[in-house]
Amino acid sequence: MEESGYFDFSPIVNNIHESLAASFSPGWAMAIAWALIGITLILFAALSVIILVYVERKVAAFFQVRLGPMRVGPWGLLQTVADFIKLLMKEHITSRNADKFLFNLAPFIIVTAAFLGLGAIPFALGLHIFDINIGLFYITAVSSVGVLGILLGGWAGNNKYSLIGALRSGAQIVSYELSITLSLLAVVVLAGSLQLSEIIASQENGWWIFKGHISAWIAFVIFMIAGTAETNRGPFDLAEAESELTAGFHTEYSGIKFAMFFLAEYLSLFIIASVGATVFFGGWLPFHIGTWQAFNHIMDYIPPIVWFFGKVAGIIGIIMWFKWTFPRLRIDQLLILEWKYLLPINLFNLILVSFIALMGWYF
Amino acid sequence: MKAVAKYFSGIAHGLKTLLTGMKVTGYYFSHARKEIITQQYPENREELQMFERFRGIVEMPHDENNEHACTGCSACEVACPNGSIEILWQRVVDPETGKKKKIIDKHVYHYAMCTLCNLCIIACPTDAIVMGKTFEHAVYDRKQLTQILNKPGSKVRADVKD
Amino acid sequence: MEPVTEGTILAQDGDLKTQEYFVNMGPQHPSTHGVLRLVLGLDGEIITKVEPHIGYIHRSIEKMCEHDNYRQIVHLTDRMDYLSAHINNEAVCLAVENALEIEVSDRVKVIRTIFAELTRLASHQLWWGVMGMDLGALTTFLYAFRDREMINDIFEETCGARLTMNYNVPGGLMFDLHPNFQKRVKEFLVHFKSKLPEYDMLLSDNVIFRQRTEGVGVLSKEDAISFGVTGPTARGSGVSCDVRKLHPYSAYDRVEFKEILMADGDSFARYKARILEMWESISIVEQLLDNIPEGDILAPTKAVIKLPKGEFYQRVETARGELGVYVISDGGKSPYRLKFRSPGFSNLFVLEHIAKGAKIADLVAMMSTIDIVVPDIDR
Ligand code: SF4
Ligand code: SF4
Repeated sequence: MEESGYFDFSPIVNNIHESLAASFSPGWAMAIAWALIGITLILFAALSVIILVYVERKVAAFFQVRLGPMRVGPWGLLQTVADFIKLLMKEHITSRNADKFLFNLAPFIIVTAAFLGLGAIPFALGLHIFDINIGLFYITAVSSVGVLGILLGGWAGNNKYSLIGALRSGAQIVSYELSITLSLLAVVVLAGSLQLSEIIASQENGWWIFKGHISAWIAFVIFMIAGTAETNRGPFDLAEAESELTAGFHTEYSGIKFAMFFLAEYLSLFIIASVGATVFFGGWLPFHIGTWQAFNHIMDYIPPIVWFFGKVAGIIGIIMWFKWTFPRLRIDQLLILEWKYLLPINLFNLILVSFIALMGWYF
Repeated sequence: MKAVAKYFSGIAHGLKTLLTGMKVTGYYFSHARKEIITQQYPENREELQMFERFRGIVEMPHDENNEHACTGCSACEVACPNGSIEILWQRVVDPETGKKKKIIDKHVYHYAMCTLCNLCIIACPTDAIVMGKTFEHAVYDRKQLTQILNKPGSKVRADVKD
Repeated sequence: MEPVTEGTILAQDGDLKTQEYFVNMGPQHPSTHGVLRLVLGLDGEIITKVEPHIGYIHRSIEKMCEHDNYRQIVHLTDRMDYLSAHINNEAVCLAVENALEIEVSDRVKVIRTIFAELTRLASHQLWWGVMGMDLGALTTFLYAFRDREMINDIFEETCGARLTMNYNVPGGLMFDLHPNFQKRVKEFLVHFKSKLPEYDMLLSDNVIFRQRTEGVGVLSKEDAISFGVTGPTARGSGVSCDVRKLHPYSAYDRVEFKEILMADGDSFARYKARILEMWESISIVEQLLDNIPEGDILAPTKAVIKLPKGEFYQRVETARGELGVYVISDGGKSPYRLKFRSPGFSNLFVLEHIAKGAKIADLVAMMSTIDIVVPDIDR
């Protein structure tokens, strides 16, 4: 990336790194650095999930003409903290014929998968844990590991409802994985790279959603639909479907293990939204309009990290809007939507976008 | 060709209906301040006004002389479908006429069995009992739900004829 | 997106054979609307058998009626189909009045009709909200409750109770209307007429909702008749069974309204029948509201009501269908036997028939559109 005026986190990161390298042997420095990153990530994840759950409840309340949580703390701000403490203190119940090992393993798999994805997200310039050259591929790959946790959890609980939920979820995620990847590929073709920092750099002069014409829009719409499905949220929450399967795959879970599913669900929501923001809306890049220098300068004053979280919040808001408006699909309709609608359109869109890229019909 | 057109018009129509739905919920979200209808219950106790005919609990109003209008006629006991009312009466000698006369001893009311059907109120010939407007009746002990409606030491108002 | 045309393919020869299994849906389940237990035989997602098990909240209301006098019976019926409490009360009162040959005043008739229609509206609103919730659109529930709240307030102001109103007594009504009644109902009608189109925007037109309901749980006209299905559920299959039209009682003979008949018999037809019925109820209330005649609210009855010896039957149209009250009297102050023909009972058992081969998600849609209220089934 050429010299830009954005606030760069890399000096801070480098400073920490150098001071660690100066005081410890290289092996220890590495270990401590990773530990620091891990702790930061866990804290960040916990905080963001707590905020997301609160926001979700408030947003749901406002959609539903009610007030939402109001009791714990001002405007119920501490409600999710209280809920979290409650979940921590609850009894762990394992049903008698459950497969104990898998039953306990499943929440960890699903949470680990979510955390793995978080590692590759560029939060701001220089604030990027590992910027590998196949970043996008990596994120889509690890995000589908989570379904393993759902499948195991649903199977191990020895409950028919959770088994149905888990199998539904398996079918759903395997199919929607395709759409989400193909819709991201549309932008990859334009940007010419799978590396997230490269994709952001390619949007310096305009976000792909604007530069990519109609095909970027199609890709974005498909991404939103498939992303909602990927995170198992309404209207695609068939795995939980509380009016059909009581609580779906996590029917048998309680206490902290249930909280882990919860955590993973919201983390994957966050990851999907950040991928969307990065790929279609330029990640942490501010909003620029062509040659309006004055306007662009004002926009530059807003720090990149705010831009990033703003865009993520916007996408999360839309996904929440879906959830609180639409009825749930049925499993066969879900698959029909994927295989008969999203996939063909996606493939067609990919050809279109390749053609556009080939002809250089983008800015 | 027709099938293709149908395919795409189907998608367009589907998207349109989805957006219509989102418009409705979006309106409520953006006008949340105006549209929110829920209230914060224990906080709004002061403003919370029940309607005048609200049926909350059977009560027997007493006036300032600790007098009520219940003659102990048992009409309410008979009218009650659930046996929530038990009238315990006693015989006293009327000081004026010297005749024996039934008066109310205890008007026992089992709130736990009451369905608030209002039949006892309309059955009472002297309007001695009314429906109270309170509605917070949770107690820790079931026994507390059985009440004696006529206060201790109270007596029948003189102008009440049975 | 076009509706799903592919039928559900059950295992064919040469397919992988899978084991059938059973799932208990209920008695505690979010979409059984109370304590109903359905034993489902499932082949994967596909239902091979539905067996409703009822009786979890049986309170022997019919037996209790044999010990209560005719005034007291009325309040028990509140607790059957609690969403049509007023209409249930009315049924018992009409039965008693007919047996005693009491003529109630026009005022009573009109007020009863208005209340019955408001009850129907409230019931359908709640059904709509729950229907959306069963299909996963959680927001509809709150919108429906917001609108229903206004009706409940109207009831509370006049009768003192919101759900178990017990407003009818044999011979008339318990109280006269509250002075605010007309004003409030008018406010409600204005409000609700602007909100009812939103119901359509949120669910009826929604492509997902259409796919979830169209062609799902088709109940043919013949089956509807042979199962004794009544109410909007049957009218969705094109069976003309509206008691208000066929055997008008109270003030239904003096109002104009259409009996909603749909042809398809699927879940969407049943859904649409109820939505259109709401418009009809609004129009009935509008017709009656401004000309409530003057008159007594209570015809004189004896202190102890004794029905003449014999058998009496009264049918009314509740929000769920035809409610029949069959009284056998031996001349005493309480009935010798009292039988309620409750709409929910007959409507529920059609589920066994229509749910075969559908998916679990369809079952939920079917149950919603049949609109069961479990206390009405169990009594
Ligand atoms: S309100 Fe009804 S149930 Fe309660 S005491 Fe009076 S008659 Fe009995
Ligand atoms: S409350 Fe009324 S009906 Fe009951 S015993 Fe007293 S006077 Fe009679």
